[in-house]
Amino acid sequence: MNVEEIRKQFPILNEKINDKPLVYLDSAASSQKPIQVIEAMDRYYRTMNSNVHRGVHTLGTKATDAYEGAREKVRAFIRASSTEEIIFTRGSTTALNLVASSYGRANVKEGDEIVLTYMEHHSNIIPWQQVAKAANASLKYIPLQEDGTLSLEDVRKTITDKTKIVAITHVSNVLGTVNPIKEITEIAHEHGAVTVVDGAQSTPHMKVDVQDLDCDFFAFSGHKMCAPTGIGVLYGKKEHLEKMEPIEFGGEMIDFVGLYESTWKELPWKFEGGTPIIAGAVGLGAAIDFLEEIGMDEIEAHELELAQYALERLENIDGITIYGPKQRAGIVTFNLKDIHPHDVATVVDQEGIAIRAGHHCAQPLMNWLNVAATARASFYLYNSKEDIDSLAEALVKTKEYFGDVF
Amino acid sequence: MSFSNLDQLYRQVIMDHYKNPRNHGKLDDEAVTINMNNPTCGDRIQLFLKIEDGKVADVKFNGEGCSISQSSASMMTEAIKGLSVQDALKMSEIFSTMIQGKEYDAEGLDLGDIEALQGVSKFPARIKCAALAWKAMEKGLQE
Ligand SMILES: Cc1ncc(COP(=O)(O)O)c(C=O)c1O
Repeated sequence: MNVEEIRKQFPILNEKINDKPLVYLDSAASSQKPIQVIEAMDRYYRTMNSNVHRGVHTLGTKATDAYEGAREKVRAFIRASSTEEIIFTRGSTTALNLVASSYGRANVKEGDEIVLTYMEHHSNIIPWQQVAKAANASLKYIPLQEDGTLSLEDVRKTITDKTKIVAITHVSNVLGTVNPIKEITEIAHEHGAVTVVDGAQSTPHMKVDVQDLDCDFFAFSGHKMCAPTGIGVLYGKKEHLEKMEPIEFGGEMIDFVGLYESTWKELPWKFEGGTPIIAGAVGLGAAIDFLEEIGMDEIEAHELELAQYALERLENIDGITIYGPKQRAGIVTFNLKDIHPHDVATVVDQEGIAIRAGHHCAQPLMNWLNVAATARASFYLYNSKEDIDSLAEALVKTKEYFGDVF
Repeated sequence: MSFSNLDQLYRQVIMDHYKNPRNHGKLDDEAVTINMNNPTCGDRIQLFLKIEDGKVADVKFNGEGCSISQSSASMMTEAIKGLSVQDALKMSEIFSTMIQGKEYDAEGLDLGDIEALQGVSKFPARIKCAALAWKAMEKGLQE
């Protein structure tokens, strides 16, 4: 993989931040966009823009073809068997809420259990808290191992015949842990439960095959994978989606509307009420083309290498604590002794380096780690070892700076 | 060092309040207690206010967070102790104007160390850190 060439496709990487070249290490929050995606959306607005699934006119057909073409790209990208299983949403949050509000409310009853892990993002916790509260069901958490991984033994102990839903992240947005979704799904299925997988941090970075994982639902966001904000995907097995009720009602999603009763369109449109974010879907399609051309396996290998390099470089900094397992995706979360992560982030920002500081929408995990906040560097295909060197140097300077002022 | 901008933010007096917070601790049950946090970053403060005869007779705080949020809390408690409720609220308004980088008038109040936080206005992402304790104080006094 030629990182130099890839970097040229991302105009924002030429920006200066505080008079320094931008070193963007916050892709887990949102990725940057290549020119191919920016141009695809521009082209859509210049040559195809109109509403979808409505007009008789030619332009309407162009827009519809572009929108549905993007759906087919998503299907192929995550290896779903049919576009009926691909629902466009606003992002992972909306996708997970859709499953909770529709499937969850209909299938979780009093006394049932919903199983989560301590490493879930808030968007894969709160919707389930709401379902559990409404149904008088209980929430159970699979504990974490010392290094922030899950053991299948704990998974087996936590999931029971009362479990209806296992909601779990594919990759932790804090620890970089990659969870064994296929094995967990197998255990869940033995107990008649379904798995809802939060793929926000995996889909941008590795090959995903939902049929191989055999998960029942899978959610991800476009903006973390080179596509624009405002577009995301819920994959669901057709057998579930067919039985589920829509949660948003209005235009686009109906078959027939009477005065007192209406019927819904077939899949996937029954879940897409209202005019969708058409240019966003087009942008997602272009992002998929861009990523596929480079190759997801190459991207994954590059990021694994960056993660190992970052661990090596950062471990040598005196007073640093790094959280999470040795084998991990391109996410490195840490704290510098006696310096609050906000202060760390502010100092490295002076060097043009963008990292995240805070609880990363994972407060239960912060509690488990026994910290209020952490700093996080996350990598994508456009990052290089030099970026990590810059970070390591800036962290040493941060320590010196606070050593001086204290 | 290339961090000269930072010196506007991390003044010596700020770091001093961070390392040696004033009025740190708790007051008894009779005090007004306010818990406030910054949902986006996890900074947290617990503030105790004892109001007697329309005055802030005593004030203490504890919490956790970055140097800016905690030093601002420490400075705030020092500044409002002994002030009338009215003046404490007025000071909060002045503080808010100051950290947004706007012109402000101390209106005869002694801002003391607080002016060291002026530099926060150049770091927009940190304004909410500095404001946390003051928001808690306003909420407590308005109750
Ligand atoms: C693991 C994980 N799940 C869910 C989300 C939510 O994604 P979005 O904000 O795009 O809905 C994120 C992103 O912050 C995430 O990292």
